[in-house]
Amino acid sequence: MIDKVIGTGRTVEDAVNDGLTQLAVTKEEVEVKIIQEPTAGVLGLFGKKEAIVEVTLLDLYNPEKIAYDFLTEIVEAMDVTCDIETQLEEGVLNIEFSGPRMGILIGRRGQTLDSLQYLTGLVVNKGGESYTRVMLDTENYREKRKKTLENLADKIASKAIRYRKKMILEPMDPYERRIIHSHLQDHAQVYTYSEGEDPYRKVVVMLKDERQ
Amino acid sequence: MKQLVNIIAKALVDNPDQVIVTETDEDNKIQLELKVASSDMGKVIGRQGRIAKAIRTVLKASATKEDKHVSLEIVD
Repeated sequence: MIDKVIGTGRTVEDAVNDGLTQLAVTKEEVEVKIIQEPTAGVLGLFGKKEAIVEVTLLDLYNPEKIAYDFLTEIVEAMDVTCDIETQLEEGVLNIEFSGPRMGILIGRRGQTLDSLQYLTGLVVNKGGESYTRVMLDTENYREKRKKTLENLADKIASKAIRYRKKMILEPMDPYERRIIHSHLQDHAQVYTYSEGEDPYRKVVVMLKDERQ
Repeated sequence: MKQLVNIIAKALVDNPDQVIVTETDEDNKIQLELKVASSDMGKVIGRQGRIAKAIRTVLKASATKEDKHVSLEIVD
């Protein structure tokens, strides 16, 4: 992410506006340093100089920049080549890694990706008044994982029906548990709930007619 | 590896200047020790050690890539 640009124009104001356009921000978010005052020159011809300003993005609370800088340092230290794209939308910061060896950043069952997501969330929300939810993804891993969990949910549900027994899944984080719950929410024959304490909280799948 | 702990710890704590990481390498084993200001201990450990666990997971990913074992201890 760029945080400093040079703006040029006929007047200082033009030059500032040029800088603001390049950064895609408003005047309130930057600091302006005049590098060269414009001069009209003799007869408007000789020695004519345009205005040059340096426009620097102020260190306002910027979750995208905080996350980007933090993760850039991390992947560099891990010696992993990758691009990081951030997108902030309605309090959710979506971050996407792309590169040749993303398996390292995903880890077993997404453990590394989840850890990086959790740590980035902490860093982004450190001292901030508003809460920004951080979502980290690469190679569409989250979507694939969701499909896997939904398949698992279906399988467990049919097992519960076949054996007429309550089925307990292995521990999952809240996000993954939610996928299972919502997938089986409208199931005709089973219902779900969670038991235990995080990080060992598990989803339980039970037959509806044995609820009593 | 030391650098990685440094980056993460400094980003989490309130007193980044008091973050000290030491590294001892022995064959394939890397031992790391992290020291932070006492008021920042919770910031690197977390409830039920959740933050420490996340840091270790990231370290492990990086170490596995280099075929090494890594351990992190947080000392006071």
